[in-house]
Amino acid sequence: MGETTARPAVAPAPEAEAVAGPRTRDGGALGGGGGLPRARAFGAERAFRALTVAAGTAVLVIIAAIAVFLVAKAVPALRANTENFWTYEGWSPNDPAPKFGIGTLAFGTVLSSALALLIAVPVALGIALYLSHYAPRRLGTALGFLIDLLAAVPSVVFGLWGRDVFVHPVRDFSAWLNQHFGWLPIFGGDGPFGRSIMLGSLVLAIMVLPIVTSLSREVFLQTPTANEEAALALGATRWEMIRTAVLPYGRPGVVAAVMLGLGRALGETIALAMTLGITFGISFNLITNGGNTVAANIANAFGEANATGRGALIASGLVLFAITLIVNITARAIIHRRREFTESAA
Amino acid sequence: MTTSVAPRPTRPPDAPETLRARRLPRYAPPAVALAALLVAAALAYGTGAGGPVLVVVAAALLYLVGLFAVANVVEGRRAARDRLWSALIHSAFVLAVAPLASVVWTLVSRGAERLDGDFFGTSMNNIGARDPDGGAYHAIVGTLMQVGIAALITVPLGLLCAIYVVEYGRGRFAATIRFFVDVMTGIPSIVAGLFVLAFWVLVVSPVFNDGRPGFSGFAAALALSVLMLPTVVRSTEEMLRLVPAPLREGAYALGVPKWKTILRVVLPTALPGIVTGVMLAVARAAGETAPVLLVAGGGAAINFNPFQDNQSSLALFVYQQAGDASRYAPARAWTAALTLVALVLVLTIAAKLLSRRNRLGR
Repeated sequence: MGETTARPAVAPAPEAEAVAGPRTRDGGALGGGGGLPRARAFGAERAFRALTVAAGTAVLVIIAAIAVFLVAKAVPALRANTENFWTYEGWSPNDPAPKFGIGTLAFGTVLSSALALLIAVPVALGIALYLSHYAPRRLGTALGFLIDLLAAVPSVVFGLWGRDVFVHPVRDFSAWLNQHFGWLPIFGGDGPFGRSIMLGSLVLAIMVLPIVTSLSREVFLQTPTANEEAALALGATRWEMIRTAVLPYGRPGVVAAVMLGLGRALGETIALAMTLGITFGISFNLITNGGNTVAANIANAFGEANATGRGALIASGLVLFAITLIVNITARAIIHRRREFTESAA
Repeated sequence: MTTSVAPRPTRPPDAPETLRARRLPRYAPPAVALAALLVAAALAYGTGAGGPVLVVVAAALLYLVGLFAVANVVEGRRAARDRLWSALIHSAFVLAVAPLASVVWTLVSRGAERLDGDFFGTSMNNIGARDPDGGAYHAIVGTLMQVGIAALITVPLGLLCAIYVVEYGRGRFAATIRFFVDVMTGIPSIVAGLFVLAFWVLVVSPVFNDGRPGFSGFAAALALSVLMLPTVVRSTEEMLRLVPAPLREGAYALGVPKWKTILRVVLPTALPGIVTGVMLAVARAAGETAPVLLVAGGGAAINFNPFQDNQSSLALFVYQQAGDASRYAPARAWTAALTLVALVLVLTIAAKLLSRRNRLGR
């Protein structure tokens, strides 16, 4: 247990120090122990260190394993596919001659995520600004806590709420839009309305909102007070101060927050599986029942899938994994670059 | 010394008012709001274009326009713009609270319907479409087991990984691990489910399951671990970095080896923060549906063995009941959702309160 080395140092007898000195760990990890001779590690020290290295490596192994196993299971299904995986707009991988393509799904994923962000980001930025610069400090903290709780609500609950409750106002609104703006292709069609891309995107927007809000709020709170006070001292109104001091400073952080929100929206499964009408075929119509996404399709089609069907779903999951990986890496790269920038500036 | 300093004139009564910018009186915004509401109501009902919802929406828009116009005339363009943005930012907040309120209200009102002993004491075994009873006991058992096993896997692994990154790791390798932990945070839960499906259920478990794919609670726990790991690592990492360097240096100076310093000094100091992170990760995992749907099988009967046969979970139970055709299913779904939210919120709030008491806290 290394007791023998720990004890003598408590009562520093000169000879004990002389013995213990060179045998203790090199001080390199402290940053300032360069003067000590580099000693070999003890058994326990070595073992513990190896354990932590193994745990660190496990993260890399898991990410690599995800890619490897998904590819391994996807390839046989892709080989059996009799249609073009990228462009075909249907999903019948369980047939004797499997036909499946990711066209509709990728389109639906991108459309619903883009709409969700379009709705959520302005609102989220508004809330973040409200919490950081408008609300009284204590209220801001309390409400920020509330927003964090919103983030903790499981997606299946949002799905259930969207399907049972929110669908009614959305259906009425869709009918109203169709009646008055039906000449626009996105609001066209003749029903039934409700379980549409619009419902899915709105529910998705509510789910993405807390993530974008809490990250942007944090960035806005970090704005140097000197910048804000300088703007106010020059006679800026509160909004002008935000526009000239807070927003430019927070821009990279906001971009990263939006990207992370996008990552979440792209991968959201259950809420969309419960709120979308699940149809195949690319359509820009937002209000009639329909729509589908890669993730929702996996949840819906998994029950009836045979071996090829599972492979096909795994193939679509692989595409989703790749897309979210790119989005997340981009977001993280922005954050990292920003961190270096702000730390060197501080 | 007889020169008397004249008292500084503090705003003489006859000073020109123009020195101060003209401001809208305090009653102006509510007055504009009232006017907007009246005009909107008159327009909506007069033309027959819509009901109360349209009135509120139109009134809000009219209020923004009206306030901007009034302020523009009285206070000038810059102040008007300030007021407009202020109003927009406040309305963004109201807009976001509305769905939250609706979710909470529905959860409580519809979830209370089946909040009885039967719900927490029985499973869905042999419950047909015409049976009004049935419960979520099997699902609660499943959730607790899966989340528990996932925590047992994740906590040691996550702690060790964070210790490596903070205490030992240096150079490119540690930076790479940090980066991929960040990236791992963004892995969609359905992909984690597919990974465990491809790895455990279809490849590894058939070896000791007579060649059949082994859907089980343990597989779900594995998938949840993949989702929990980055959260645990990140929060632990942050807490370890907050431990003051003099504590470590004091231990080193006493001749305590590094590994012991970490286990006896650094970890205990950071413990409250670490527990908070773990609880938040557990709360998130407990609410996951997609991975459980793919790998746990989701049976209707009580199964206490996470390594054998199908298991359900609360989140999966909500999903299954929501899609069930029985007219008693929605009530079960809502009560299960209420239970799930209560579980998750208790964990989250407890974690946040704990972090507030954390002496290392920011």
